[in-house]
Amino acid sequence: MNIYLEIFTSFAKIGAFTIGGGYAMIPLIQKEVVERKGWLTKDEFIDYLAISQSAPGILAINISIFVGEKLKGIKGSVIASLGSALPSFVMILVIAIFFQNYKDNETVIKIFTGIRPAVVALIAVPFLTLSKSASLNRYTAIIPVIAIVLIAFMGVSPIWLILSGAILGLFYHFISAKR
Amino acid sequence: MIYLQLFITFFKIGLFTFGGGYAMISLIQNEVVVNHKWIDPATFTDIIALSQMTPGPIGINSATYVGYTVSGSVWGSALATFAVCLPSFIIILLIALLYKQFKSNRWFEAALKGVKPVILGLIASAAILLVTPDNFIDWKSWAIFAGAFVFSFWGKQNPIKIILASGLLGYLLY
Repeated sequence: MNIYLEIFTSFAKIGAFTIGGGYAMIPLIQKEVVERKGWLTKDEFIDYLAISQSAPGILAINISIFVGEKLKGIKGSVIASLGSALPSFVMILVIAIFFQNYKDNETVIKIFTGIRPAVVALIAVPFLTLSKSASLNRYTAIIPVIAIVLIAFMGVSPIWLILSGAILGLFYHFISAKR
Repeated sequence: MIYLQLFITFFKIGLFTFGGGYAMISLIQNEVVVNHKWIDPATFTDIIALSQMTPGPIGINSATYVGYTVSGSVWGSALATFAVCLPSFIIILLIALLYKQFKSNRWFEAALKGVKPVILGLIASAAILLVTPDNFIDWKSWAIFAGAFVFSFWGKQNPIKIILASGLLGYLLY
């Protein structure tokens, strides 16, 4: 099979069958790319994953671009990311078009009235689980509190908080390096 | 004009997303709901629910959905999705070029360490901003919230099951 077609179908398969976002995709990507296709060694995959997690953007797209680039340069990276984005793009587009027509339907309204508070709970939970694993101390624990006040209650863009956090991290790095 | 705005907005979201999908919700919310008021908080909540239940990352899902709703066309949808991925392209291709140097870049690691606690604040803000009168219409909403919380946090239940169950409850209760 043509290598570009092979890259595309591999990533489209992963994109089409992982429900629940980026982290759910990782084991599938590993299985396909490392075990089935042998495109990367396991160590390479772990490196790529670490870098993709620290780079900005969507994790699954980042890994796709990375793997595609390794295989076939820029063209490969375009094909790979297109493959992983296309299934959800098509599916959501169809849903968006349908939803536009059915959002005033009584049954749909009832169902979503039930779903909405559950979604809020589903976002509150990762906050708690991540807080436990973030190993905050007395001083760093104030950072999320400040972020919450500024973003949720004062309408400040999260972008400013992310930039400030990065600057703070660098500042701390220089101070502790000087000592 | 709306196309240019869509492009800039989702490019910005793609560029400043660190720490995964839940952190991204906060960025999308700030741009799309708070700043541009393209969609209301209730619709935004629906989009999150739909993207939890469908394949693919929430970043792609919401770009596609919002792009379509705002512009009313498939092109707007494609443009927003392209825009949210574009920063990744530029950055990952650069990293691939400088792979060896990047692997052990202390400055970058130091900066990321500072971003980590901020991510927590972003996720909490996203949840707080979704506590609106449209999402919580009565005590039954709060009961569903509490139930979903318990089943997800202590029960470690799959989000899809929780969304399906709460949808069923909504149908029966309202």
